[in-house]
Amino acid sequence: MSEWTSDEMMAVEASRRLRGDTVCFVGIGLPSLAANLARRTHAPGCVLVYESGTIGAKPTELPLSIGDGELAETADAVVSVPEMFAYWLQGERIDVGFLGAAQIDRYGNLNSTVIGPYDAPTVRLPGGGGAPEIATSVRDVFVMLRHSRRAFVSALDFMTSVGDKVRVVITDIGILEPVDGELTLTALHPGRSADEAREATGWDLRVAGALRETEPPTGAELQALRSLRTKGAA
Amino acid sequence: MTPDVVYDQVIGMGCARKLVFSWGGNPGVGSLHRLRDAVEHGWPVQLELEEHSHAGMAAAYAAGAANLPFGVLRGYRGGDLPARTRVARIACPFTGEELAAVPAHRPDVGIVHAQQADRHGNVQLWGISGVQKETVLASSRSIVTVEEIVNELERRPGGVVLPSWTIDAVAVAPGGAHPSYAHGYYDRDNDFYVAWDEISRERESFRAWMERHVLGTTDVTEYRASLARDSRSRV
Repeated sequence: MSEWTSDEMMAVEASRRLRGDTVCFVGIGLPSLAANLARRTHAPGCVLVYESGTIGAKPTELPLSIGDGELAETADAVVSVPEMFAYWLQGERIDVGFLGAAQIDRYGNLNSTVIGPYDAPTVRLPGGGGAPEIATSVRDVFVMLRHSRRAFVSALDFMTSVGDKVRVVITDIGILEPVDGELTLTALHPGRSADEAREATGWDLRVAGALRETEPPTGAELQALRSLRTKGAA
Repeated sequence: MTPDVVYDQVIGMGCARKLVFSWGGNPGVGSLHRLRDAVEHGWPVQLELEEHSHAGMAAAYAAGAANLPFGVLRGYRGGDLPARTRVARIACPFTGEELAAVPAHRPDVGIVHAQQADRHGNVQLWGISGVQKETVLASSRSIVTVEEIVNELERRPGGVVLPSWTIDAVAVAPGGAHPSYAHGYYDRDNDFYVAWDEISRERESFRAWMERHVLGTTDVTEYRASLARDSRSRV
């Protein structure tokens, strides 16, 4: 029984990878939690960019939607959506882009489009949104995804975005990083095992020889994390 | 670009033949269940999809506003989406770099919501402006709904002004962005988005909701009163 949840562990691990001068493209959910945590702890200068058009947003509560009024009120600049994608993302002004997905393969390619065939899907997912160009235009892609055989698959049903720039995959079990082009388990969260990670992966998972253990969340990190409330959440 | 719960309602009632989009979910909550049911089961009618990425769709709107035949972007590189969308590869005439070309979006009618219009029909909107300006300028005809009519627009830094002669009709619709928000007027109704997940999950509960609040009311005032009664009973 740990004193933190696996979501908290994931958010803390992601936040530690952001620096005071990192410009990051964030979506709703865990990435938004991680980036806001970084801004409130070790990286107050971290620049949060939401694809709706807000650059340097400093929300006091986590938004439920990227189209939230408070993001605009606290931002350094608010731009239109065509400008966001053309000048800022395509203009290569973003260091880190966070992505999630329904499926990932061993190369970091992601699927957020469909489960099953495209023309007759068993599950129609929301779709790529900004992901296809985030994946190719930012410097580094960070993926946050809970570890399961349903998500970590040997073959994607649809490739929404390419894995070329995926530098790290943060799961609830540990950390995967590309080694010679293939995602490899390089660290485990406290109390988790490599066997658990293998069991939750749909391909024969490579495990690094020197497996690190991530630092548990500090008291300060947990306190900052728990003070971040999501609007509209029950 | 991002069809919201209003699109889910239109799709669920069988009033849409085709959806052009780049992200179709309930923001921060999950799926649009009526969209899913239409794509997965053809209920109540088949729905044709034309799917883009945000960057591709934004470029297509901007090209439409600029009266260009296509937009150009460094995008749709790799993956399976390029084969499913309207995109062509072109070479930069100056450097030879391979780029993506997307045909311009030219809607027959564009409908957007703004905060204010003045008595001459000039419109100003501010906050997160999305693709509202491009939608109006790219469309053959445009309708703008506004929170209120004012005597004179007060110029706002970062505000987007659309002169009256770019717009075909202005309609006063206070609260017209609901369940989304109008910056400076009211906040996003996050509870509604969360509740919509439950309402829209099953065909029966969706139909019952539409019959009660939309088909069973005669105008927007009755619709609002009907919604207000429901949200009181939820509390």
